[in-house]
Amino acid sequence: MVGSLNMVGYGLAAIGPGVGIGLIFAAYINGTARQPEMQSRLQPIAILGFALAEALAIIGIALAFVIK
Amino acid sequence: MSEPARILANQGFHAPGPVDFFLPDFTGKSWNQSGYDTLLTKASVLLVFGAVLAYLFLAFTSRRGAVVPTKGQYLGEQAYSFVRNGIGQDIIGPKYMKYVPLLVSIFFFVVINNLFGIVPVLAFSPFSRVSFAYGLALLVWIIYNGVGIMDKGLLGYLKHATVPAGVPVAILPLLIPLEFLSNILVRPVTLSLRLFANMFAGHLLLILFSTGGAYLLIHATGSPVLKPAGVLAFALGVAIGFLEVVVALLQAYVFTLLTAQYISGALASDH
Repeated sequence: MVGSLNMVGYGLAAIGPGVGIGLIFAAYINGTARQPEMQSRLQPIAILGFALAEALAIIGIALAFVIK
Repeated sequence: MSEPARILANQGFHAPGPVDFFLPDFTGKSWNQSGYDTLLTKASVLLVFGAVLAYLFLAFTSRRGAVVPTKGQYLGEQAYSFVRNGIGQDIIGPKYMKYVPLLVSIFFFVVINNLFGIVPVLAFSPFSRVSFAYGLALLVWIIYNGVGIMDKGLLGYLKHATVPAGVPVAILPLLIPLEFLSNILVRPVTLSLRLFANMFAGHLLLILFSTGGAYLLIHATGSPVLKPAGVLAFALGVAIGFLEVVVALLQAYVFTLLTAQYISGALASDH
């Protein structure tokens, strides 16, 4: 088999942000289910948290390609 | 040689990589060929085309301004008010009107350029090349720092951006460099890399599933499951295409949301 171990490393590194994004949206869904009228207030916060958690995976994919 | 041509000529399967994003310019040479400076690639043409399309969309949907809107006007107004109220008003607060033109143009510019990635003939999003994303993030960086400096003065803004309120003095030497790093230096990098990496990874997946599916269907031999696997790869490619529409809209929203967030952070006066 030929390939780069970087990609395996990136796959492992993506677990963390994956769990984090799952937790963020779980909390968002929970909050909306408990109090539907808060949905419009919660949505930007949830998307912002998602973007910040995703940044880790993004930096990971950049490094996976850059570091040889 | 392009990947489809390589597959049709049965030269084996190459896993797609960053090199597939170095498009040749109109002379047929590409940037990674031994120090050649490309003149005008598809990405830069599409970038200008995207700006023109964004202008035309907003201009044509707002041209008449009728009280009873047509379908086009309704669409334009809904999209505009989504950005103005959902992002500008909610995040920036009372002084938001000044920044609405910036937010609306960034949103439509990014969304149209992202959607180029799944339009069949164009099939390339300029933001899957990192330099374009850097340029846009640099613009946002200059604007949010400039807004903060105009509001508070240079030293006042630096203090506002780097010294958190209500923290013991003893810990400040540790916090100030960290806050400076995260608020001034890292923000434009993550802002641009987020947009770039999402478009890049999505496009890479599309290339992988379509070329891999073509290779499995046409040339792969040795096992009876390979051709059904090719069909499955094509089906997954179509599904990823739909996912890409969602990602294109979501990333444009996130980019605009973070721009508004940074401007509001630079303007905030709570400490």
